[in-house]
Amino acid sequence: MFPSEFEYHRAASVKEALGLIQQYGDEARLLSGGHSLLPILKLRLAQPRHLVDIARIAELGQIAEEGGRISVGAAVRHHQVHISELLRSKLGLLAECAGNIGDVQVRNRGTIGGSLAHSDPAADYPAAVLALEGEVRLESAAGARSVKAEDFFIDLMTTAIRPGEILTAVSFAPMPAGAGFAYFKHRQPASGFAIVGVAACLRLDKGGTCQGARVGMTGLGAKAFRAKAVENALNGKAPDAKALADAAVHAADGIDPLFDIHASADFRAELARVYTRRALESAVARARH
Amino acid sequence: MRLTLTINNQRREDYVEPRMLLVHYLRDVAGLTGTHVGCETSLCGACTVLVDGNAVKSCTMLAVQADGAEIITVEGLVHDGQLHPVQEGFWEEHGLQCGYCTPGMIMASVDLLRRNSNPSEAEIRHALEGNLCRCTGYQHIIKAVQYAANKMRSGKAAA
Repeated sequence: MFPSEFEYHRAASVKEALGLIQQYGDEARLLSGGHSLLPILKLRLAQPRHLVDIARIAELGQIAEEGGRISVGAAVRHHQVHISELLRSKLGLLAECAGNIGDVQVRNRGTIGGSLAHSDPAADYPAAVLALEGEVRLESAAGARSVKAEDFFIDLMTTAIRPGEILTAVSFAPMPAGAGFAYFKHRQPASGFAIVGVAACLRLDKGGTCQGARVGMTGLGAKAFRAKAVENALNGKAPDAKALADAAVHAADGIDPLFDIHASADFRAELARVYTRRALESAVARARH
Repeated sequence: MRLTLTINNQRREDYVEPRMLLVHYLRDVAGLTGTHVGCETSLCGACTVLVDGNAVKSCTMLAVQADGAEIITVEGLVHDGQLHPVQEGFWEEHGLQCGYCTPGMIMASVDLLRRNSNPSEAEIRHALEGNLCRCTGYQHIIKAVQYAANKMRSGKAAA
Protein backbone atom coordinates (compact mmCIF):
# COMPACT_ATOMS: atom_id res chain seq x y z
CA MET A 1 0.00 0.00 0.00
CA PHE A 2 1.35 3.38 -0.97
CA PRO A 3 -0.18 6.68 -2.04
CA SER A 4 -0.82 7.79 -5.58
CA GLU A 5 1.71 10.21 -7.03
CA PHE A 6 2.04 13.70 -5.64
CA GLU A 7 4.52 16.54 -5.51
CA TYR A 8 6.02 17.21 -2.09
CA HIS A 9 6.66 20.74 -0.86
CA ARG A 10 8.34 21.50 2.45
CA ALA A 11 7.27 24.91 3.72
CA ALA A 12 9.71 26.90 5.85
CA SER A 13 7.12 29.40 7.08
CA VAL A 14 3.37 29.77 7.47
CA LYS A 15 3.51 32.43 4.77
CA GLU A 16 5.13 30.02 2.33
CA ALA A 17 2.62 27.30 3.19
CA LEU A 18 -0.27 29.71 2.66
CA GLY A 19 1.16 30.65 -0.73
CA LEU A 20 1.40 26.99 -1.73
CA ILE A 21 -2.17 26.09 -0.72
CA GLN A 22 -3.42 29.20 -2.48
CA GLN A 23 -1.48 28.25 -5.61
CA TYR A 24 -2.66 24.62 -5.70
CA GLY A 25 -6.11 25.05 -4.18
CA ASP A 26 -8.17 21.84 -4.02
CA GLU A 27 -5.23 19.79 -5.26
CA ALA A 28 -3.18 20.46 -2.13
CA ARG A 29 -3.30 18.89 1.32
CA LEU A 30 -1.34 19.91 4.40
CA LEU A 31 0.95 17.29 5.89
CA SER A 32 2.13 17.47 9.49
CA GLY A 33 2.73 14.21 11.40
CA GLY A 34 0.90 12.31 8.70
CA HIS A 35 -0.92 9.96 11.05
CA SER A 36 -4.35 10.90 9.75
CA LEU A 37 -3.41 11.83 6.19
CA LEU A 38 -1.05 9.02 5.18
CA PRO A 39 -3.50 6.20 6.00
CA ILE A 40 -6.09 7.99 3.83
CA LEU A 41 -3.60 8.41 0.99
CA LYS A 42 -2.52 4.78 1.20
CA LEU A 43 -6.14 3.66 0.91
CA ARG A 44 -6.50 6.11 -2.01
CA LEU A 45 -9.48 7.70 -0.29
CA ALA A 46 -7.81 10.96 -1.25
CA GLN A 47 -5.38 11.53 -4.10
CA PRO A 48 -4.06 15.07 -3.76
CA ARG A 49 -1.55 16.20 -6.37
CA HIS A 50 0.41 18.29 -3.87
CA LEU A 51 1.40 17.77 -0.25
CA VAL A 52 2.58 20.79 1.71
CA ASP A 53 4.66 19.66 4.69
CA ILE A 54 4.27 22.13 7.57
CA ALA A 55 5.87 19.98 10.28
CA ARG A 56 9.20 21.82 10.21
CA ILE A 57 7.83 25.36 10.49
CA ALA A 58 9.47 26.49 13.74
CA GLU A 59 6.59 28.62 15.04
CA LEU A 60 4.16 25.70 14.69
CA GLY A 61 6.28 23.60 17.04
CA GLN A 62 6.08 25.92 20.05
CA ILE A 63 4.29 25.59 23.37
CA ALA A 64 4.12 29.07 24.88
CA GLU A 65 2.41 31.04 27.65
CA GLU A 66 1.62 34.63 26.81
CA GLY A 67 -0.90 37.18 28.05
CA GLY A 68 -2.53 34.70 30.40
CA ARG A 69 -3.13 32.10 27.69
CA ILE A 70 -1.27 28.97 26.74
CA SER A 71 -0.78 28.30 23.06
CA VAL A 72 0.13 24.93 21.56
CA GLY A 73 1.44 25.03 17.98
CA ALA A 74 -0.25 22.89 15.38
CA ALA A 75 2.83 20.75 14.71
CA VAL A 76 3.47 19.90 18.38
CA ARG A 77 3.49 16.13 18.67
CA HIS A 78 1.30 14.20 21.10
CA HIS A 79 4.32 13.00 23.07
CA GLN A 80 5.54 16.58 23.52
CA VAL A 81 2.14 17.60 24.88
CA HIS A 82 2.16 14.61 27.20
CA ILE A 83 5.55 15.42 28.74
CA SER A 84 5.46 19.25 28.70
CA GLU A 85 5.95 20.56 32.25
CA LEU A 86 3.98 23.72 31.43
CA LEU A 87 1.01 21.75 30.13
CA ARG A 88 1.16 19.22 32.94
CA SER A 89 0.99 21.98 35.52
CA LYS A 90 -1.57 24.27 33.86
CA LEU A 91 -3.50 22.14 31.38
CA GLY A 92 -3.24 18.73 32.98
CA LEU A 93 -6.29 17.44 31.13
CA LEU A 94 -4.67 18.10 27.75
CA ALA A 95 -1.41 16.39 28.75
CA GLU A 96 -3.32 13.40 30.16
CA CYS A 97 -5.40 13.13 27.01
CA ALA A 98 -2.29 13.24 24.80
CA GLY A 99 -0.76 10.35 26.72
CA ASN A 100 -3.82 8.24 25.93
CA ILE A 101 -3.67 8.66 22.15
CA GLY A 102 -2.85 5.58 20.07
CA ASP A 103 0.48 4.12 21.11
CA VAL A 104 4.05 5.31 21.64
CA GLN A 105 4.90 5.31 17.94
CA VAL A 106 1.77 7.26 17.05
CA ARG A 107 2.41 9.79 19.83
CA ASN A 108 5.94 10.30 18.53
CA ARG A 109 4.64 11.41 15.12
CA GLY A 110 1.05 12.63 15.33
CA THR A 111 0.38 16.32 15.92
CA ILE A 112 -2.37 18.22 17.72
CA GLY A 113 -3.16 20.38 14.70
CA GLY A 114 -3.46 17.38 12.44
CA SER A 115 -5.78 15.61 14.85
CA LEU A 116 -8.05 18.64 15.24
CA ALA A 117 -8.12 19.48 11.53
CA HIS A 118 -8.91 15.88 10.60
CA SER A 119 -11.65 15.71 13.24
CA ASP A 120 -11.99 11.95 13.25
CA PRO A 121 -15.04 11.09 15.36
CA ALA A 122 -12.87 8.68 17.39
CA ALA A 123 -9.96 11.08 17.96
CA ASP A 124 -9.09 11.84 21.58
CA TYR A 125 -8.00 15.48 21.48
CA PRO A 126 -11.36 17.03 20.53
CA ALA A 127 -12.88 15.89 23.85
CA ALA A 128 -10.15 17.60 25.90
CA VAL A 129 -10.06 20.72 23.73
CA LEU A 130 -13.84 21.10 24.15
CA ALA A 131 -13.71 20.56 27.91
CA LEU A 132 -10.90 23.13 28.20
CA GLU A 133 -12.79 25.61 26.00
CA GLY A 134 -9.84 25.88 23.64
CA GLU A 135 -9.70 28.29 20.74
CA VAL A 136 -8.37 27.24 17.37
CA ARG A 137 -6.29 29.77 15.45
CA LEU A 138 -6.81 29.76 11.69
CA GLU A 139 -4.53 31.78 9.43
CA SER A 140 -5.05 32.70 5.80
CA ALA A 141 -3.58 35.18 3.37
CA ALA A 142 -6.30 37.59 4.52
CA GLY A 143 -5.32 37.39 8.20
CA ALA A 144 -6.00 35.29 11.27
CA ARG A 145 -9.14 34.39 13.18
CA SER A 146 -9.96 32.40 16.30
CA VAL A 147 -12.72 29.84 16.48
CA LYS A 148 -14.02 28.44 19.75
CA ALA A 149 -13.76 24.65 19.97
CA GLU A 150 -17.52 24.40 20.25
CA ASP A 151 -17.90 26.14 16.89
CA PHE A 152 -14.95 24.37 15.28
CA PHE A 153 -16.27 20.80 15.08
CA ILE A 154 -19.14 20.85 12.63
CA ASP A 155 -19.81 17.27 11.57
CA LEU A 156 -18.10 13.99 10.75
CA MET A 157 -14.55 14.97 9.72
CA THR A 158 -15.84 18.45 9.00
CA THR A 159 -14.54 21.57 10.72
CA ALA A 160 -14.81 25.33 10.45
CA ILE A 161 -11.53 25.51 8.48
CA ARG A 162 -12.16 27.33 5.19
CA PRO A 163 -10.29 26.78 1.93
CA GLY A 164 -7.02 28.70 2.07
CA GLU A 165 -6.75 28.53 5.86
CA ILE A 166 -4.17 26.75 7.99
CA LEU A 167 -4.77 25.70 11.57
CA THR A 168 -1.66 27.11 13.24
CA ALA A 169 -2.32 26.74 16.99
CA VAL A 170 -4.83 26.01 19.69
CA SER A 171 -4.89 28.17 22.81
CA PHE A 172 -6.38 27.85 26.28
CA ALA A 173 -6.88 29.68 29.51
CA PRO A 174 -4.98 27.76 32.22
CA MET A 175 -7.15 25.48 34.34
CA PRO A 176 -8.11 27.13 37.65
CA ALA A 177 -5.96 26.22 40.64
CA GLY A 178 -7.33 23.17 42.40
CA ALA A 179 -9.32 22.00 39.40
CA GLY A 180 -9.93 18.28 39.11
CA PHE A 181 -9.80 16.62 35.74
CA ALA A 182 -9.73 13.24 34.03
CA TYR A 183 -9.71 11.71 30.56
CA PHE A 184 -11.23 8.22 30.45
CA LYS A 185 -11.65 6.20 27.29
CA HIS A 186 -12.73 2.81 26.05
CA ARG A 187 -9.99 1.88 23.61
CA GLN A 188 -10.26 0.03 20.37
CA PRO A 189 -7.67 -2.60 21.32
CA ALA A 190 -5.64 -2.64 18.08
CA SER A 191 -5.61 1.02 17.07
CA GLY A 192 -6.13 2.67 20.45
CA PHE A 193 -8.83 4.91 18.95
CA ALA A 194 -11.55 5.96 21.40
CA ILE A 195 -14.72 3.92 21.02
CA VAL A 196 -15.86 6.44 23.60
CA GLY A 197 -13.67 9.05 25.30
CA VAL A 198 -14.71 11.46 28.05
CA ALA A 199 -12.75 14.51 29.18
CA ALA A 200 -13.99 16.12 32.39
CA CYS A 201 -12.81 19.08 34.42
CA LEU A 202 -14.43 20.82 37.36
CA ARG A 203 -13.66 22.58 40.61
CA LEU A 204 -15.16 22.55 44.08
CA ASP A 205 -16.07 25.76 45.92
CA LYS A 206 -15.41 26.27 49.64
CA GLY A 207 -18.61 24.49 50.52
CA GLY A 208 -17.57 21.49 48.45
CA THR A 209 -20.10 22.24 45.73
CA CYS A 210 -19.24 21.44 42.12
CA GLN A 211 -18.62 24.47 39.88
CA GLY A 212 -17.60 25.00 36.29
CA ALA A 213 -17.99 21.37 35.28
CA ARG A 214 -17.19 20.83 31.62
CA VAL A 215 -17.43 17.51 29.85
CA GLY A 216 -16.13 16.82 26.34
CA MET A 217 -17.21 13.63 24.60
CA THR A 218 -15.64 11.87 21.63
CA GLY A 219 -16.37 8.61 19.83
CA LEU A 220 -20.08 8.61 20.59
CA GLY A 221 -21.44 10.77 17.77
CA ALA A 222 -20.43 12.02 14.35
CA LYS A 223 -18.44 14.80 16.00
CA ALA A 224 -17.05 15.50 19.43
CA PHE A 225 -19.35 17.64 21.60
CA ARG A 226 -19.88 19.18 25.03
CA ALA A 227 -22.19 17.04 27.16
CA LYS A 228 -24.02 20.05 28.59
CA ALA A 229 -26.86 18.05 30.10
CA VAL A 230 -24.26 16.35 32.30
CA GLU A 231 -22.65 19.67 33.20
CA ASN A 232 -25.98 21.30 34.07
CA ALA A 233 -26.96 18.36 36.23
CA LEU A 234 -23.74 18.67 38.20
CA ASN A 235 -23.05 22.37 38.67
CA GLY A 236 -24.16 23.66 42.05
CA LYS A 237 -24.49 20.17 43.51
CA ALA A 238 -22.49 18.40 46.17
CA PRO A 239 -20.71 15.78 44.07
CA ASP A 240 -21.51 12.65 46.04
CA ALA A 241 -21.69 9.29 44.30
CA LYS A 242 -25.39 9.61 43.60
CA ALA A 243 -25.10 13.11 42.13
CA LEU A 244 -22.31 11.99 39.81
CA ALA A 245 -24.24 8.91 38.69
CA ASP A 246 -27.39 10.98 38.15
CA ALA A 247 -25.47 13.49 36.03
CA ALA A 248 -23.66 10.82 33.99
CA VAL A 249 -26.99 9.31 32.95
CA HIS A 250 -27.37 12.26 30.57
CA ALA A 251 -24.09 11.62 28.70
CA ALA A 252 -25.78 10.49 25.46
CA ASP A 253 -28.85 12.72 25.64
CA GLY A 254 -29.90 14.03 22.24
CA ILE A 255 -27.11 12.20 20.39
CA ASP A 256 -27.51 9.73 17.56
CA PRO A 257 -24.70 7.29 18.47
CA LEU A 258 -22.33 5.88 15.86
CA PHE A 259 -22.19 2.11 15.43
CA ASP A 260 -19.65 -0.20 13.83
CA ILE A 261 -18.14 -3.66 14.27
CA HIS A 262 -16.62 -2.60 17.57
CA ALA A 263 -19.73 -1.28 19.31
CA SER A 264 -23.44 -0.98 18.60
CA ALA A 265 -25.22 2.34 19.10
CA ASP A 266 -26.81 1.18 22.37
CA PHE A 267 -23.50 -0.13 23.69
CA ARG A 268 -21.74 3.12 22.76
CA ALA A 269 -24.38 5.13 24.62
CA GLU A 270 -23.96 2.89 27.66
CA LEU A 271 -20.18 3.23 27.46
CA ALA A 272 -20.61 7.01 27.34
CA ARG A 273 -22.67 6.98 30.54
CA VAL A 274 -20.30 4.62 32.37
CA TYR A 275 -17.12 6.40 31.31
CA THR A 276 -18.63 9.79 32.10
CA ARG A 277 -19.37 8.62 35.63
CA ARG A 278 -15.83 7.27 36.01
CA ALA A 279 -14.28 10.46 34.63
CA LEU A 280 -16.40 12.61 36.97
CA GLU A 281 -15.53 10.46 39.99
CA SER A 282 -11.85 10.74 39.19
CA ALA A 283 -12.05 14.51 38.58
CA VAL A 284 -13.86 15.07 41.89
CA ALA A 285 -11.35 12.92 43.77
CA ARG A 286 -8.49 14.97 42.31
CA ALA A 287 -10.24 18.28 43.08
CA ARG A 288 -10.55 17.18 46.73
CA HIS A 289 -6.95 16.06 46.93
CA MET B 1 13.57 14.11 -4.96
CA ARG B 2 16.86 14.11 -3.14
CA LEU B 3 17.00 12.58 0.31
CA THR B 4 19.98 12.83 2.64
CA LEU B 5 19.99 11.02 5.95
CA THR B 6 21.96 8.65 8.10
CA ILE B 7 20.97 5.05 8.63
CA ASN B 8 22.76 3.16 11.39
CA ASN B 9 25.37 5.94 11.49
CA GLN B 10 26.10 5.74 7.77
CA ARG B 11 25.30 8.76 5.66
CA ARG B 12 23.27 8.11 2.51
CA GLU B 13 22.00 10.16 -0.35
CA ASP B 14 19.29 8.83 -2.64
CA TYR B 15 16.71 10.04 -5.09
CA VAL B 16 13.22 8.81 -4.21
CA GLU B 17 9.67 9.36 -5.30
CA PRO B 18 7.90 11.59 -2.75
CA ARG B 19 5.25 8.92 -2.24
CA MET B 20 7.76 6.25 -1.18
CA LEU B 21 7.12 5.12 2.39
CA LEU B 22 10.06 5.04 4.76
CA VAL B 23 9.70 1.27 5.28
CA HIS B 24 9.94 0.64 1.52
CA TYR B 25 12.93 2.95 1.29
CA LEU B 26 14.72 1.09 4.08
CA ARG B 27 14.00 -2.33 2.61
CA ASP B 28 14.09 -1.79 -1.14
CA VAL B 29 16.54 1.09 -1.57
CA ALA B 30 18.84 0.74 1.43
CA GLY B 31 18.57 -3.07 1.40
CA LEU B 32 17.86 -3.32 5.11
CA THR B 33 15.19 -6.00 5.26
CA GLY B 34 15.30 -6.43 9.03
CA THR B 35 12.49 -3.89 9.27
CA HIS B 36 9.31 -5.78 8.42
CA VAL B 37 6.17 -4.77 6.58
CA GLY B 38 3.25 -6.07 8.62
CA CYS B 39 -0.23 -4.59 8.55
CA GLU B 40 0.70 -1.43 6.61
CA THR B 41 -1.99 0.42 8.57
CA SER B 42 0.05 1.72 11.55
CA LEU B 43 -1.41 -0.87 13.89
CA CYS B 44 1.00 -3.80 14.21
CA GLY B 45 4.36 -2.10 14.83
CA ALA B 46 6.45 -4.62 12.83
CA CYS B 47 7.96 -1.70 10.87
CA THR B 48 9.09 0.25 13.95
CA VAL B 49 12.44 2.05 13.62
CA LEU B 50 14.04 4.91 15.53
CA VAL B 51 13.91 8.31 13.83
CA ASP B 52 16.06 10.82 15.71
CA GLY B 53 15.87 8.49 18.68
CA ASN B 54 12.09 8.07 18.76
CA ALA B 55 10.22 4.89 17.82
CA VAL B 56 8.00 5.43 14.79
CA LYS B 57 6.05 3.20 12.46
CA SER B 58 7.91 3.48 9.18
CA CYS B 59 4.85 2.42 7.16
CA THR B 60 3.19 5.68 8.21
CA MET B 61 5.98 8.04 7.30
CA LEU B 62 7.20 9.15 3.90
CA ALA B 63 10.88 8.70 3.23
CA VAL B 64 11.06 12.41 2.35
CA GLN B 65 9.75 13.28 5.81
CA ALA B 66 12.93 11.67 7.17
CA ASP B 67 15.21 13.98 5.17
CA GLY B 68 18.09 14.95 7.44
CA ALA B 69 17.11 12.46 10.13
CA GLU B 70 19.17 9.85 11.93
CA ILE B 71 17.59 6.45 11.59
CA ILE B 72 18.40 3.32 13.52
CA THR B 73 17.03 -0.01 12.33
CA VAL B 74 17.38 -3.39 14.00
CA GLU B 75 20.54 -3.95 11.93
CA GLY B 76 22.12 -0.96 13.67
CA LEU B 77 21.87 -2.36 17.20
CA VAL B 78 24.81 -4.76 17.02
CA HIS B 79 28.10 -3.22 18.14
CA ASP B 80 31.44 -4.93 17.55
CA GLY B 81 29.67 -8.21 16.90
CA GLN B 82 27.87 -8.01 20.24
CA LEU B 83 24.09 -8.20 20.33
CA HIS B 84 22.32 -5.24 21.92
CA PRO B 85 21.06 -6.17 25.42
CA VAL B 86 17.48 -6.10 24.12
CA GLN B 87 18.37 -8.51 21.31
CA GLU B 88 20.16 -10.72 23.84
CA GLY B 89 17.08 -10.60 26.08
CA PHE B 90 14.81 -11.81 23.29
CA TRP B 91 17.29 -14.64 22.65
CA GLU B 92 17.71 -15.64 26.29
CA GLU B 93 14.08 -15.33 27.35
CA HIS B 94 12.53 -16.84 24.20
CA GLY B 95 10.86 -13.57 23.32
CA LEU B 96 9.86 -14.79 19.88
CA GLN B 97 8.47 -17.71 17.98
CA CYS B 98 7.94 -16.86 14.30
CA GLY B 99 9.99 -13.69 14.60
CA TYR B 100 7.87 -11.47 12.40
CA CYS B 101 7.09 -8.86 15.04
CA THR B 102 10.53 -9.11 16.65
CA PRO B 103 12.44 -6.26 14.97
CA GLY B 104 9.61 -3.85 15.77
CA MET B 105 9.28 -5.18 19.32
CA ILE B 106 13.01 -4.73 19.83
CA MET B 107 13.07 -1.17 18.48
CA ALA B 108 10.08 -0.14 20.61
CA SER B 109 11.80 -1.71 23.63
CA VAL B 110 15.02 0.19 22.91
CA ASP B 111 12.97 3.41 22.83
CA LEU B 112 11.35 2.50 26.17
CA LEU B 113 14.63 1.71 27.92
CA ARG B 114 16.14 4.96 26.70
CA ARG B 115 13.31 6.86 28.41
CA ASN B 116 12.95 4.59 31.44
CA SER B 117 15.84 2.39 32.58
CA ASN B 118 13.81 0.48 35.15
CA PRO B 119 10.27 -0.01 33.82
CA SER B 120 7.63 -1.94 35.72
CA GLU B 121 5.79 -4.75 33.97
CA ALA B 122 2.82 -2.40 33.48
CA GLU B 123 5.09 0.23 31.94
CA ILE B 124 6.58 -2.33 29.56
CA ARG B 125 3.12 -3.47 28.48
CA HIS B 126 2.04 0.14 27.99
CA ALA B 127 5.14 0.95 25.93
CA LEU B 128 4.59 -2.05 23.67
CA GLU B 129 0.89 -1.38 23.05
CA GLY B 130 1.70 -0.42 19.49
CA ASN B 131 3.33 -3.76 18.70
CA LEU B 132 1.29 -6.88 18.07
CA CYS B 133 2.57 -10.45 18.50
CA ARG B 134 0.40 -13.40 17.49
CA CYS B 135 2.69 -16.14 18.84
CA THR B 136 4.04 -15.57 22.29
CA GLY B 137 1.19 -14.21 24.36
CA TYR B 138 3.62 -11.42 25.26
CA GLN B 139 4.82 -12.92 28.55
CA HIS B 140 8.24 -13.87 27.21
CA ILE B 141 8.57 -10.51 25.51
CA ILE B 142 8.04 -8.79 28.87
CA LYS B 143 10.73 -11.01 30.37
CA ALA B 144 13.08 -10.20 27.50
CA VAL B 145 12.70 -6.47 28.13
CA GLN B 146 13.20 -6.98 31.88
CA TYR B 147 16.35 -9.00 31.13
CA ALA B 148 17.65 -6.16 28.96
CA ALA B 149 16.79 -3.51 31.55
CA ASN B 150 18.67 -5.42 34.25
CA LYS B 151 21.66 -5.98 32.01
CA MET B 152 21.82 -2.35 30.90
CA ARG B 153 21.54 -1.08 34.47
CA SER B 154 24.23 -3.42 35.79
CA GLY B 155 26.45 -2.47 32.83
CA LYS B 156 26.11 1.19 33.79
CA ALA B 157 26.81 0.41 37.44
CA ALA B 158 29.96 -1.47 36.47
CA ALA B 159 31.12 1.38 34.26
